[in-house]
Amino acid sequence: MPSTPTVGVLALQGDVREHTAALEAAGVQTCPVRRPEELDAVHGLVIPGGESTTMSNLAIAFGLLEPLRARIRGGMPAYGSCAGMIMLADKILDGRDDQETVGGIDMTVRRNAFGRQNESFEAAVEIAGIDGGPCEGVFIRAPWVESVGAGVEVLATLPDETIVAVRQGNLLATSFHPELTGDHRVHAFFAGLVRQSG
Amino acid sequence: MSTTPASTTASPETGTARVKRGMAEQLKGGVIMDVVTPEQAKIAEDAGAVAVMALERVPADIRKDGGVARMSDPDMIEGIINAVSIPVMAKSRIGHFVEAQVLQALGVDYIDESEVLTPADEVNHSDKWSFTTPFVCGATNLGEALRRISEGAAMIRSKGEAGTGNVVEAVRHLRQIKGDIARLRGLDNHELYAAAKELRAPYELVKEVAELGKLPVVLFSAGGVATPADAALMMQLGAEGVFVGSGIFKSGDPAQRAAAIVKATTFYDDPKVIADVSRGLGEAMVGINCDTLPETERYANRGW
Repeated sequence: MPSTPTVGVLALQGDVREHTAALEAAGVQTCPVRRPEELDAVHGLVIPGGESTTMSNLAIAFGLLEPLRARIRGGMPAYGSCAGMIMLADKILDGRDDQETVGGIDMTVRRNAFGRQNESFEAAVEIAGIDGGPCEGVFIRAPWVESVGAGVEVLATLPDETIVAVRQGNLLATSFHPELTGDHRVHAFFAGLVRQSG
Repeated sequence: MSTTPASTTASPETGTARVKRGMAEQLKGGVIMDVVTPEQAKIAEDAGAVAVMALERVPADIRKDGGVARMSDPDMIEGIINAVSIPVMAKSRIGHFVEAQVLQALGVDYIDESEVLTPADEVNHSDKWSFTTPFVCGATNLGEALRRISEGAAMIRSKGEAGTGNVVEAVRHLRQIKGDIARLRGLDNHELYAAAKELRAPYELVKEVAELGKLPVVLFSAGGVATPADAALMMQLGAEGVFVGSGIFKSGDPAQRAAAIVKATTFYDDPKVIADVSRGLGEAMVGINCDTLPETERYANRGW
């Protein structure tokens, strides 16, 4: 791997620009990924926040779902925020009946678990492995992790024990949106995973 | 693997500017579709819409029927909320803050204070800061967009001319907003004060736009998008997503057209994809020539 790895941002829909800016602040090169050949060229991938049903739909329509699954099975580091967390979940609840995910993290995620937009909130979140105090957690119609398998490390919970950040190997997922804050520690942590995986 | 996760501290805060504006960031690159029944909402969701706009009549029918256009029936909005898992938006009249209060109580995800409905106040828009639910508002130029943002709008859409199936006004308004922003970029600090006066917008917002080179909130396009190429045109002109009103459910094959517009919005810069999705879509909505539209029937003139 080159000294500066390239991290793709899945650019089917969502807050691609914010993730791109956060990754660049964390010192990696970025490129948008909408096609299988673009996916082939990256060392890691961020699945942004957005609408998971739309992303899933477009990933299938443009032949990206199976290549995504293959890269993740092959060990490519990936980070998903919000809709991206849903996309990385092996199982989802309250999805559309035929909603497909990429999968990879042995967890069950509930969509829109905190409620509708009026229930969207901000709260400070301590994340295990990320030093320097709590991160600002921006939760927007956010999912939560209902349960995890044995191989999954829980990185953050809310005071009521709700799981909002997890890691399994090279895969990282948060219910909230660090990309909407000026705090790039989560992206720097992920960039570290990408560098190590080379 | 097991570690003891650290837990959070401070109590959660709802309705913040970041949560409201951040919601719109999540819609970027997507298509928001007008729907009038739960069945249409399902079709929109299946086609890949990022959100639906629940209303009683699409703008083309509001034009045809005339009369006063108001907020939709709460039963109808709730029916749509219950039918889909994607965000649901709904429209209030300009300045009708009680309609907006009702929409917030119903739990809609975004309120469109919309010129498509008959304005309730010819001087004041609603104070959108006082709501937990975020607002989107229309604008025809930068000054109008910044006045709406100063009132608390968390998302802006260029107005276009709703219910015409004619993209010409959407293009005019988006070009105007982008052009106004580009002009600000060329001004020095001394000139920004006069620019703010000319734009009739708060100086702080004008300065922020001059520095960012964009609005501080997400900018979508609306009003007249009827084809996949229309949607891609608005994206290439700098829209961050599109609203499609009458264009889908007034066409021959709504499900296929809806899916095609979603694909063309994601691949807005790939003419091959746009060509592919544009094949065999059947009849587009008929459309109205905006230059034959009397001034009194121009919705874009509503709001100020």
